[in-house]
Amino acid sequence: MFNSILVPILIIGGMGLVFGVLLGVASKVFAVKEDERIPKILEVLPGANCGGCGFAGCSAYAAALCKGGVKTNMCPVGGEAVANQIAEIMGVTAEKKERMVARVLCNGSPDRAVQKYYFDGPRDCYSAHKLGGGEKMCAYGCLGFGSCVKVCKFGAISIKNGVAYVNIDKCVACGACAEECPKKVIKILPLRSKYTINCKSVEKGKVTRHDCQVGCIGCGICAKTCPKGAISISDNLAVIDPAKCVNCGLCAQKCPQKAINKVTPEGLVRPEPKPAKPKLTPEQIEALKAKKAAQKKDQSQPAGQKEKNVKSEQVKADTKFNEVVKENIAKEAEAREAGAAIEKSRNEDVSKTQEIEINE
Amino acid sequence: MVADLLIIAIGAILINNFVLVQFLGICPFLGVSKKVDTSVGMGFAVIFVMACASIITWCVQYYLLVPFHLEYLQTIAFILVIAVLVQFVEMFLKKSIPSLYSALGVYLPLITTNCAVLGVAIQNITKFTGVEMSFVKSLVYGVSAGIGFTIAIVLFAGVRERLESSNVPEFLKGMPITLVTAALLSIAFLGFSGLSF
Repeated sequence: MFNSILVPILIIGGMGLVFGVLLGVASKVFAVKEDERIPKILEVLPGANCGGCGFAGCSAYAAALCKGGVKTNMCPVGGEAVANQIAEIMGVTAEKKERMVARVLCNGSPDRAVQKYYFDGPRDCYSAHKLGGGEKMCAYGCLGFGSCVKVCKFGAISIKNGVAYVNIDKCVACGACAEECPKKVIKILPLRSKYTINCKSVEKGKVTRHDCQVGCIGCGICAKTCPKGAISISDNLAVIDPAKCVNCGLCAQKCPQKAINKVTPEGLVRPEPKPAKPKLTPEQIEALKAKKAAQKKDQSQPAGQKEKNVKSEQVKADTKFNEVVKENIAKEAEAREAGAAIEKSRNEDVSKTQEIEINE
Repeated sequence: MVADLLIIAIGAILINNFVLVQFLGICPFLGVSKKVDTSVGMGFAVIFVMACASIITWCVQYYLLVPFHLEYLQTIAFILVIAVLVQFVEMFLKKSIPSLYSALGVYLPLITTNCAVLGVAIQNITKFTGVEMSFVKSLVYGVSAGIGFTIAIVLFAGVRERLESSNVPEFLKGMPITLVTAALLSIAFLGFSGLSF
């Protein structure tokens, strides 16, 4: 009886004791000296483990800092405040770092960029990219399936109107989206420079214009306009040098393709899409032709009168000419209005039919 | 002798696969199988710990528990051994092989409570394989059980990576589809039961 209770207690207790001592000794023998500054730095760092600093995570960055040879301002999330705190812990002065922000260099929403086909596969940019480089004719544009949205740990990217959209207040420029994007259409640029050329197409102007309404065609007007010479054209694509840019906005005004846009706190100011030219039914074409013929008739009559008048009497002719011209202008304006009305009704018709098609 | 070891190994790896046939160690199987890289790390950590645990628990059983007729204390003694072993291995690796530690380190504490490891230790003693387990045989059984676990978790991680980018119905997203996949993989492994000797 005594044995059957005491022996197991002794055996298990003894095992526990031996193991405990063993672990105690081992923790002393195998103790690894850790830098005291590492936990301190870890406390300061945001702990998002986003990898924006270029290391595997916050702890890896802290370890690298203590090893030396690494700058204290690498953390894009914490920015200057964290850089200063780290510098304090490390006992060095912090270097200033310019605030960067991710930008999606594409304006090609589905109503502006021509589509090759309709992608019905998994809603993910890589899958779309594998199938002929995605839906869009343009091989450089944003695919709009939101792989960048998934990798953003700060909720700064959303898909609006088929193109990724960066909220620059939330963006910390960790670069995860730029890394993930199969088209590499996201660039990390300094926040200071407000204007970006929102196109990556290096195709010739004609091809770009065919593929997308808002693509950079490399015309060079912006480069000529820029008073500071900050814009250069290479490979049919304008590039702004953020170091030279003074945010005057002249390039954005002059750009014929509206491919240069300003970055505001809400994100990029994207140009309004141009209304697509409506397709005409044969009847509508007939109607348009009839209208044009009628207009021509109206114009030819007064022109003939004018000639006669000039030949016969100069003074009368002048007054009559003025009258005729006035009449002409009025008629033309009338015709224009009528045309515009027809055009408008036609546009509505087309958009209705399109809607019906979509609904079906 | 060699034939015996081969039978034990193939039995543990394929026929009586710890995860997919015996349903042991499901927690890490579901938890650490999101990416192939991490699942490989976990697999190797399990192989390592299972081999060590097999050796030590075998010694504890036959040199400590059997002489004192304390076989009924098997479970508690083995859990103690495994927990201490994992802790010790972690410390040892951190000091002497930092590169291996950084590769396995995250997964080692997870193994402490992995029932597959306890399963190996107990099956070594209870003649699960139908053979009297010598020291060498129990070592082989431990290693091959670990290999079986690794194969299962790596295969599963591969399937899950594919699942990430596929169109899963809304109501099956997340854990449901994962469990369905695990069940299908398990059914596939049932095919090996025809191999049993």
